Amino acid sequence: MTSVGLPARRPPETALSRAAAWIRNPWGRPRFLAAATWLYLAWALLPVLAAILFSFNDGRSRSVWQGFSIRWWWGDPTFSVFHDPTLTHALTHSLELAVLDMAIATPLGVILALGLARWRGRGSGTANFLMLVPLVTPELAMAVALLLVFTQLSIVPFALVNLGTTAQVIGQVTFSLSYVVVIVRSRLASIGPEYEEAARDLGASPRQALRTVLVPLLFPAILASMLICFALSIDDFVVTQYMSSDAGTTTIPMYLYANARGGSTTPAINALATILVLVTLIGVGAAFAILRSFGRRTEARDTTEAVSGLAALEA
Amino acid sequence: MGDRLGAGEVDVTYPRWYWRAFAFPGVIWLCLFVVVPAYAVLAVAMGSIDQLLQPVPTWNPIDWNVGFVLEAFKGVVPGGQYWGAVRNTLLFVAASLALCFAIGYPVAYYIARHARRTKALLLVLLVVPFWVSYLMRMLAWIGLLAPDGYVNQVLQHVGFAHPPDWLNGNPLSVIIALTYGYIPYFILPVYAGLDRIDQSLLEASRDLGGSPIRTFLRVTLPLSWPSILAGSALIVLPMFGDYYTNDLISGSPHTNMLGNSVNLLIQGGPQKNLGAAMVLVLMTILAVGMAYYLWETARQSRRLT
Repeated sequence: MTSVGLPARRPPETALSRAAAWIRNPWGRPRFLAAATWLYLAWALLPVLAAILFSFNDGRSRSVWQGFSIRWWWGDPTFSVFHDPTLTHALTHSLELAVLDMAIATPLGVILALGLARWRGRGSGTANFLMLVPLVTPELAMAVALLLVFTQLSIVPFALVNLGTTAQVIGQVTFSLSYVVVIVRSRLASIGPEYEEAARDLGASPRQALRTVLVPLLFPAILASMLICFALSIDDFVVTQYMSSDAGTTTIPMYLYANARGGSTTPAINALATILVLVTLIGVGAAFAILRSFGRRTEARDTTEAVSGLAALEA
Repeated sequence: MGDRLGAGEVDVTYPRWYWRAFAFPGVIWLCLFVVVPAYAVLAVAMGSIDQLLQPVPTWNPIDWNVGFVLEAFKGVVPGGQYWGAVRNTLLFVAASLALCFAIGYPVAYYIARHARRTKALLLVLLVVPFWVSYLMRMLAWIGLLAPDGYVNQVLQHVGFAHPPDWLNGNPLSVIIALTYGYIPYFILPVYAGLDRIDQSLLEASRDLGGSPIRTFLRVTLPLSWPSILAGSALIVLPMFGDYYTNDLISGSPHTNMLGNSVNLLIQGGPQKNLGAAMVLVLMTILAVGMAYYLWETARQSRRLT
């Protein structure tokens, strides 16, 4: 018994009718937007993957694929990334600066954040403004200013600092500091004063309240700060270059800048850049894993929120 | 001072000097390495030059010589020595900003409003470029845009017999590279802004008879405007000091930007005074931009509340 009283039958949905519907209203379901998003992500990530792939190129070219090999990683006894002393030195110097920046900027930034968040009175406004200056100044202006002060001012302490590793660390700490302060202050604001007040009411000294209550609560922010300092340092180019003295203070980004366009440069440079990416991503992964396990113990944390939080830190 | 207590602040439970002592080392650091260097730029820009063409900073403001600063300001107006660099900077930054908006806004919009199961994955992928060195990302494009690289291979495949030379003074490559380099910093704040918009406002607009397009133009877009401004400020500031993108992707004086002029004057030769004066010009231009940004955000927040 087929339908007598049924409403007018819908035409079967074909590819053609779907296409027509899509042309009539491409925004009906966000296919266009979804395609744009995936296209963007491909554009953002595939070139980097291609550059990583070319570190495994069998030939000397960094633009034409000539087969797979690991000669630029290990095989070539003079030019591979782990045999060429210039490249290994750039890698160790980058890591050295990153560790120093992390070790100095994190504690300095954490106590500065505590101080700025709670110090009220004359001078605190100026100090807050000063802390923001490195965030809104182009790095080039900061680098020029630091270069001039270290080369032109002959009074202590500036006369004691020569260009080179010390100046590089000072420059990196100066801009890393603001990021640490921003991260720690936002965490401080979300903790609130209640836990410490309770500790103090129960008889803890200021030092005890700080050490046993506040520092553990600040742990995720401190960890994130360390990660940011490490990443900022290892990816930094402008300040590090301006503060460098000779070939001995070349970092990976400086090496990339100096040699990326050279005709004689081999895919070993791609291998070096890949190491840089791997080191950063391993750091991010480790920090993320620690934050997750920490978050599970204290408060439920949504993945999405944590991921966007990590990214917002760097922005 | 107890009347100004807010979140994260503790008053009576600690001695008055306590937190000031915490801020002390950091503030000293900032004074030494932010304030004094900024003054050194002024002292060199307003200083003089010796027989060996080395700059001699003038630390006392009474003896300041404005010659170099005047030269720098004369150089950056139309017809001046550095006008080409200023024009390139304004042009490239405006073009990249437009591209960042055209590409970045739809992406941020899709992830904030429509992505469901894939949202976490999309966010992770969105964040990955933040953790890949900027210079590595430029290196990637140098390989792709090389004369025998994949971009030209594809172009030849689809019929361009003579694909362009991308890496020697092509302004289009510089604009694309700047966009590629800075767009993640634009998308993320815009995404955060769009994600915060209350869905009920959009439903209200639709219930009151607004078409989807009208709802977008009259509700979503104005509500996301502050985050668009924030994202723009975040990418425009570093672009004005950028010299490495141009050096790597073009390397030609035809595409020089302001950052290249400053870098060449400071690192290239005996013109550090003029270089310092150019930094002052750069900071003046950015101060105007920042003033506009602050005025606009203040106006927006008044309008929206």
